[in-house]
Amino acid sequence: MKTFDVLRFSFRAATGYPARTLLTLLAMAIGVGAVILLTALGEGARLYVTREFTSLGTHLLIAIPGRSETTGGPPPLLGETPRDLTLEDALALKRSSAIRRVAPVAIGSAPVAWQQLEREATIMGSTAEMFDIRQLSMAQGRFLPAGNPSRGSAVCVLGHKIKRELFGNSSPLGERVRIGGRRFRVIGVIAAKGQSLGLDMGDIAIIPVASAQMLFNTSSLFRILIQAGGREAVPRAKKTILKIIQDRHEGEDDVTVITQDALLKTFDRIFNALTLTVGGIAAISLAVAGILIMNVMMISVSQRKTEIGLLKAIGSPRSQILRLFLSESALLSLIGSFLGVVLALVGTWASLRFYPNFPVTIPWWALTSATVVGVLTGLVFGVLPARRAAGLEPVEALSRR
Amino acid sequence: MIELKGIGRSFQVGTEAVHALQAVDLTVRGGEYLSVMGPSGSGKSTLLNIIGLLDRPDSGLYRLDDVNATELNDTQQAAVRRHKIGFVFQFFHLVPRLTAAENVELPLILAGVDPNERKKRLDQALEALGIADRARHRPDQLSGGQRQRVAIARATIMRPGIILADEPTGNLDRTSGNDVLDILENLNKEGKILVMVTHDPELGRRARRQIQMFDGRIGSDSGKSA
Repeated sequence: MKTFDVLRFSFRAATGYPARTLLTLLAMAIGVGAVILLTALGEGARLYVTREFTSLGTHLLIAIPGRSETTGGPPPLLGETPRDLTLEDALALKRSSAIRRVAPVAIGSAPVAWQQLEREATIMGSTAEMFDIRQLSMAQGRFLPAGNPSRGSAVCVLGHKIKRELFGNSSPLGERVRIGGRRFRVIGVIAAKGQSLGLDMGDIAIIPVASAQMLFNTSSLFRILIQAGGREAVPRAKKTILKIIQDRHEGEDDVTVITQDALLKTFDRIFNALTLTVGGIAAISLAVAGILIMNVMMISVSQRKTEIGLLKAIGSPRSQILRLFLSESALLSLIGSFLGVVLALVGTWASLRFYPNFPVTIPWWALTSATVVGVLTGLVFGVLPARRAAGLEPVEALSRR
Repeated sequence: MIELKGIGRSFQVGTEAVHALQAVDLTVRGGEYLSVMGPSGSGKSTLLNIIGLLDRPDSGLYRLDDVNATELNDTQQAAVRRHKIGFVFQFFHLVPRLTAAENVELPLILAGVDPNERKKRLDQALEALGIADRARHRPDQLSGGQRQRVAIARATIMRPGIILADEPTGNLDRTSGNDVLDILENLNKEGKILVMVTHDPELGRRARRQIQMFDGRIGSDSGKSA
């Protein structure tokens, strides 16, 4: 029997019982569609987080005072207080070729006041390089001027929220605000960028790092943001930072350096696991669809007993009957899988239409593997009914109408 | 040529073994017209099924055209059914979702015959049985006589040497029954062996050789000497 004729016969057999065929196709389509759509959602979540992280700045490293990694041993008997990171530490990092920019960060909280209005805000002390590292943009005016970071001038940059609360719609440029009792001239307003890493950039006032240290009466830094010279320079930069700080801290290895890549990788792993889990759950519906195909084919075999007996009488060997019924379930699952793909495409299209910010993307591996698994499911679950059909005794199959 | 020697076949019905055939000897030569009669349960259908390789005997030897048919495997038996035997059933057994033409074409498709050749033979067969104008109708749109003609066209399209008919007129009125019988007898005149099972003595008498069966044995055989 020619392959084309096998396919045509199976197709005619499938279209001969439209209700049964449509229900099977529906189940298969939902199974395959669910697998693809759910993995697409997982993939979308991953991309979303990745994008959020990239908005922090590129090739970013963060140095934090103290070793926050646990080594597993018992705590030291004598207290090991971590040395503070100082402005000098930060400036020393600039000497490395792997590092492009360094922004020391000192953070505190103080009231910001203009005329009769006063508001508690996060005060961040930093340098001009912060602007490029965090990829900020200005709504008005300019950012902190470059210059000697250890000399604090009395200027400040406001977040957009504070600016609105203190000044309303009028321009704050050139006005003097009081921050913790000292007067600072407003030179710029940061454009709204949203929240990044839990710090609301709208609810902040940025002043030169030396001024902040003076204001909070401290010589230590909250952390140091470092931008490496490029993606491949990140590991080298990390090593250099540890080395420089260790040298400056009398051989003590007492800072932690977090790379953005490491954070990203962690999230990547988490979301990959999530995607696989969700995909796995959806795969159950695929298995259910497979079992449905098996049921439907079983019913089909008993409905078409006479036909099978007849095929045998006019010269079909077992192998041919097996082939006919297997190709029918393969055909059902193939068309069902195709419909599932269409369903998933429509689903992602709709999702992108209603939530354009959430990048739902169908990973190609999910598309192909769901389709392949769908067809395989149909084949595997088609084996039992096909074998039953092939094994029918022709006399018995033909005996009664 | 059909040669049966000592054929036995029994079925298990509940706890009892029913002997459908017991030590049946039968030889049918090329071109013979044979009717098998007998009350129901006498084993005439089982005999026909064994001749048609739809059923295997428990004992005995069946030689078909000098080949030991009992020793063939499933694929070989299927090939024999395909090329040497044509079945005509009481209930027609047409595939309901296929048109008349497609039902007739089915054996050719299963045998993997080339589409052009298929078309040619199909047209001939439909023409020969006078159902060309019904070719595109489905079985439920055909009368009983027409259905049986379609079934006969299907049985003969592979040009087999043996036609096995199990109560071919059992579901037809007298007129169309006679028509169908005429068609079958014409096939016999072309040289095909025709074995017809019937419980109607009047129809059975039309055959040149008549066999009566009782309790799984051949009671009388008008052509045994021949």
